[in-house]
Amino acid sequence: MSERIVGGVHEARVHDSAHKHVTGAAVYVDDIPEPARTVQVHIGQSARAHARLVRMDLDAVRRAPGVVAVLTAADIPGVNDLSAVHAHDEPVFAVDKVMFAGQALFAVAAETRLQARRAAALAVVEYADLPPVLDTDTARAAGDLVWPIGRMQRGDAPAALARAPRRLQGRMTIGGQEHFYLEGMVALAVPGEDGDVLVHCSTQHPSEGQLLIAQVLGVPSHAVTVECRRMGGAFGGKETHANLFAAVAALVARATGRPAKCRLDRDDDMIMTGKRHDFTIDYEVGFDETGVIKAVAMDFASRCGWSADLSGPVNDRALFHADNCYFYENVRLACFPCRTNMVSATAFRGFGGPQGVVAAERVIEEVAFALGLDPLDVRKRNFYGRAERNLTPYHQAIEDNIIHELVEELERTSNYRARRDEIRAWNRTSRWQRRGLALTPVKFGISFTMTAYNQAGALLHVYRDGSIQLNHGGTEMGQGLYVKVAQVVAEELQVDIDRIRLTATNTSKVPNTSATAASSGSDLNGMAAQAAARTIKERLTAFAAARAQASAEEVVWLPGRIRVKGEEILFDKLVHDAYFARIQLSATGFYATPKIHWSREEGRGRPFYYYAYGAACSEVTVDTLTGEHRVDRVDILHDVGRSLNPAIDLGQVEGGFIQGMGWLTMEELWWDADGRLRTHAPSTYKIPCASDRPPVFNVRLMEGVANREPTIHRSKAVGEPPLMLAISVLHAISDAVASIADHKLPPRLDPPATPEKVLAAIERLRASDSGGAP
Amino acid sequence: MRDSIEFLLGHERRSLRGVDPTLTVLDYLRSHEHRKGTKEGCAEGDCGACTVVLARPAGGRLDYRAVNACIQFVPTLDGCQLLTVEDLQGPDGELHPVQRALVEAHGSQCGFCTPGFVMSLFPLWRAGGGATRAEIADRLAGNLCRCTGYGPILAAAERLAETPGATAHLLGREVEVLAQLEALADDRSTLLIEDGDRRFLAPATLEALADLLLAHPGATVLAGSTDVGLWVTKQDRRLETIIWLGRVAELREIRASAEAIEIGAGVTCADGMAALAAEWPDMGEVYRRYASPPIRNTATIGGNIANGSPIGDSAPLLIAAGATLVLRRGRQRRRLPLEDFFLAYGKQDRRPDELVEAVIVPRRRPEQRFRAYKISKRFDQDISAVLGAFTITLDGGTVREARIAYGGMAATPKRAAAAEASLRGRAWAEPTVRAAMAALAQDFSPITDMRASAGYRLQVARNLLLKAWLETSGHSAETRLVGDRSLAHV
Repeated sequence: MSERIVGGVHEARVHDSAHKHVTGAAVYVDDIPEPARTVQVHIGQSARAHARLVRMDLDAVRRAPGVVAVLTAADIPGVNDLSAVHAHDEPVFAVDKVMFAGQALFAVAAETRLQARRAAALAVVEYADLPPVLDTDTARAAGDLVWPIGRMQRGDAPAALARAPRRLQGRMTIGGQEHFYLEGMVALAVPGEDGDVLVHCSTQHPSEGQLLIAQVLGVPSHAVTVECRRMGGAFGGKETHANLFAAVAALVARATGRPAKCRLDRDDDMIMTGKRHDFTIDYEVGFDETGVIKAVAMDFASRCGWSADLSGPVNDRALFHADNCYFYENVRLACFPCRTNMVSATAFRGFGGPQGVVAAERVIEEVAFALGLDPLDVRKRNFYGRAERNLTPYHQAIEDNIIHELVEELERTSNYRARRDEIRAWNRTSRWQRRGLALTPVKFGISFTMTAYNQAGALLHVYRDGSIQLNHGGTEMGQGLYVKVAQVVAEELQVDIDRIRLTATNTSKVPNTSATAASSGSDLNGMAAQAAARTIKERLTAFAAARAQASAEEVVWLPGRIRVKGEEILFDKLVHDAYFARIQLSATGFYATPKIHWSREEGRGRPFYYYAYGAACSEVTVDTLTGEHRVDRVDILHDVGRSLNPAIDLGQVEGGFIQGMGWLTMEELWWDADGRLRTHAPSTYKIPCASDRPPVFNVRLMEGVANREPTIHRSKAVGEPPLMLAISVLHAISDAVASIADHKLPPRLDPPATPEKVLAAIERLRASDSGGAP
Repeated sequence: MRDSIEFLLGHERRSLRGVDPTLTVLDYLRSHEHRKGTKEGCAEGDCGACTVVLARPAGGRLDYRAVNACIQFVPTLDGCQLLTVEDLQGPDGELHPVQRALVEAHGSQCGFCTPGFVMSLFPLWRAGGGATRAEIADRLAGNLCRCTGYGPILAAAERLAETPGATAHLLGREVEVLAQLEALADDRSTLLIEDGDRRFLAPATLEALADLLLAHPGATVLAGSTDVGLWVTKQDRRLETIIWLGRVAELREIRASAEAIEIGAGVTCADGMAALAAEWPDMGEVYRRYASPPIRNTATIGGNIANGSPIGDSAPLLIAAGATLVLRRGRQRRRLPLEDFFLAYGKQDRRPDELVEAVIVPRRRPEQRFRAYKISKRFDQDISAVLGAFTITLDGGTVREARIAYGGMAATPKRAAAAEASLRGRAWAEPTVRAAMAALAQDFSPITDMRASAGYRLQVARNLLLKAWLETSGHSAETRLVGDRSLAHV
């Protein structure tokens, strides 16, 4: 007998679908064999960013070859609204007015995808244009917010700013980001009896999809089943924005009685679905001569697009992270979620948090330049204390602070100080290329700030042959959730992981689930699955104990077997016997995160169960003639508690870093003056490719840092926090640019640091320093 | 005339008749063959999720090339073996070394891009693996992964040669496949695929090609399909008559003489870049960055010129080199300086029944200094915001002639006449270069768009000229961030 099961917790287990990924056998929604008579759906879109709908003539669409049905708002049997936050501002199909270029007007179902697309192009739509609002200043002046202003404050920031020895202010902008999940939006709806519909959908939130589909169809939730085995990437983009396509497919299935598939072309996907929020931040900071921050005031204004969607909580999370790792003695933060005539901005890995951290690091940089200090020293001087100076702007005390030791370790292992000196010396001799170095920390709060979302369920069946089927509410988007949760169950039941079959997330198996988001997937679903496994384990223990006339404590669970009173019984045999003894071999499990609460009105509470920490040190070289840069080396130290699966977690850290690097350097969304997105395909919107990975990339998970809270096997969430490690790249570029003016002037480099932005910063420094051309 | 497309899908012979001439290989695989492993990510050849491998006979062996199935039309499979991700696994289910290496390195997360990576790595594995990391990254420039950050994939690629796995089912049948494909290649009749009033014509000889274009003036001339493919997938354009160059062996020739290199219009960027780089070193680097291998493997230098794009990289490179374009109509040929081909935005000096047959690129003379730089938001596989190409002919320290061409600065690829004039006869020295930089404002009024602002374009265009001077005037400072940095000082 093996003394360790295969695939228990803390093992660097390969992704459960890896074998299927590499052979092409993994089934995504578009790969499911289509039922006979499936119709294909294309969505007709608004060509204008803001207009009254004067007339929509769809006769030619209806008459086009192959068309089976054309649906508009008038064909919706239930409610024409998809707002996930009950803002009632997100019609499935526009009525009277269009709010962004790309908004859904109608759906065409045809025998083929091409027929549907061609038919949609025949629509005659007359618009009466209204002026589009495309910036936050205009929206704020008009008072047009999609969600109420959010505020957090502690102390008296205005007074403290007034009396601070040094004080400065500025404005920065932070660009948005397209998710660019490789699998575009797709849903396949199959009608059943009694008005039922089964929707296969690439979604992070099957339960919300179910609820909204039911609302649109005007049926109870029990008539709708949503299933998702896996997504080809999501990153937040499929949290709420998958709902439109699921609802439209379901509507068509309902209207035609035929299965209906709605799969988006990439350009349509990028035009019709939301992105990371861009922000404009006005900041003011007061500090002393040593760089200690006395007061901070920041206003965060974001372009939320046409509807509320998740913009309220996204903006809140920007505020929750506007402190990053730093204690602000006095602080006043506000967010202004602005309505703009653009696609609705939505969840994206970090959910506003990264923008908050970027702003915090800009403030640090300003202080460092004002005083001529190394930004790292300013960072360290402002770190939250371990036991004092540990209150956040939202009045949560930080109890698990490890940023001091984490940054010290990375500073040492990355050889930060010596390299900084070496780079400074090198730059003095290099006229055209400049190098830069920066070490930035990250603290990220874990839990949904919408407290109700911090719950999860699981369903576990043990069959008579000893095989196990596991289902939970979390969705698999590549992050390795399924394998991690299976490892938890394997560990609990002391069986090899191969015995456990993971099944597609399905609203009829586990109901009322939360979105797989906020990095919470394994925290929540791991605990729920563990609870289910413990229930079964307890039943089997009680059964074995009773049969052997022993106490439960005398039953010992060993790999693949139990031992009771000296007798070893294989798991298979135990299960077999338990069945005949009429022991229930199926269980549900449930988990609700303890301790957390949050009041938005008061701006106070404990929204986060715990924090995850990390730091990165990046080195770059900048071409001062072109503004191009190259990332030469990156060192990362990241905290995942006791990792459930170090291989999976490393993948999240590396992948998150590169995605963050893309956001902050090369990924640029560009809208024209009419409010049309012009970067709507990979030809115009560039995400990092293989050669962009730094040639030296040292990534380590911090050791010996078990989560202080009793999370699943003392692990920590890992999905979002590493994205912010890439802020070190932005600051390394900034450091290189700063060398132009001998580090006397702040470059104020706003992301994304495209060659154009970097060259503009270089030119500004050149002009204000000594003047003159390159 | 032959009316069936003949190819191998894996090891099975396919003869297709009456197919839609612009059916993409991707749609064919997924809808007709139910091979769902090949994915659609963008339908424009930019993400690589649809990557498949085509094998063609070349010099007595099979030449494996990764291509983007999403923008290749099915008739272009004629004479090929098409391999997809489903073909790699052994008959007993054992993974191919490429697949195994990816699994062991944790190279997949969401997995949607993975089949494309597998197929892009397959030709590398067949070539023995063992490439440097930079070479591997270049191989993978057309495969986007949004999850992993690429590290595990690169690590897997580095271990291809050492990784065991199922290979016999492929290697053991290469001789047989080669024989079958060579037999298919012997057919010299024109392939004609008709669907209603649309037709796809694939002549096998240059004469037949020229005659067909006379008979079908205005036909869409198709070479690598990396532009025309998007007319179909993105614009849903109806292409009545397509004439494909892919079977015309003469057009794939590179003829070198003492004075010049003649590149046939069917020469792919992949095949042409080395010959050009041997004479004009930076051309190789620009072509490396211009597109990913799956694009370079089908896109042609002739096509990149013929489509007339103001942001195609070939034209400014070749204009700076003093290239001549050869156009053919029936049996008649005419030649013109490449820069004269571009008349206005979207308008070239080509008659509807005329064909771009070749481009003649002079050899670089010892007194000529050549530099070219590509500016884009991403280094690899990105469309240029600005491309600057500079040929400075020196007479001692004096500029005898300057040929300066830019892409992205005007409605066509264009020479910088004022800047050239300001340099001519002057010392190749900083003051004259600064004057020429200033003169660029007379040459260009660029636009602002999603790739760059007008201001940046003009500024960087100037700075690129400065960089060209720095690199050709004895300075030794580092000026390059990527690629072969020794090119700065050749």
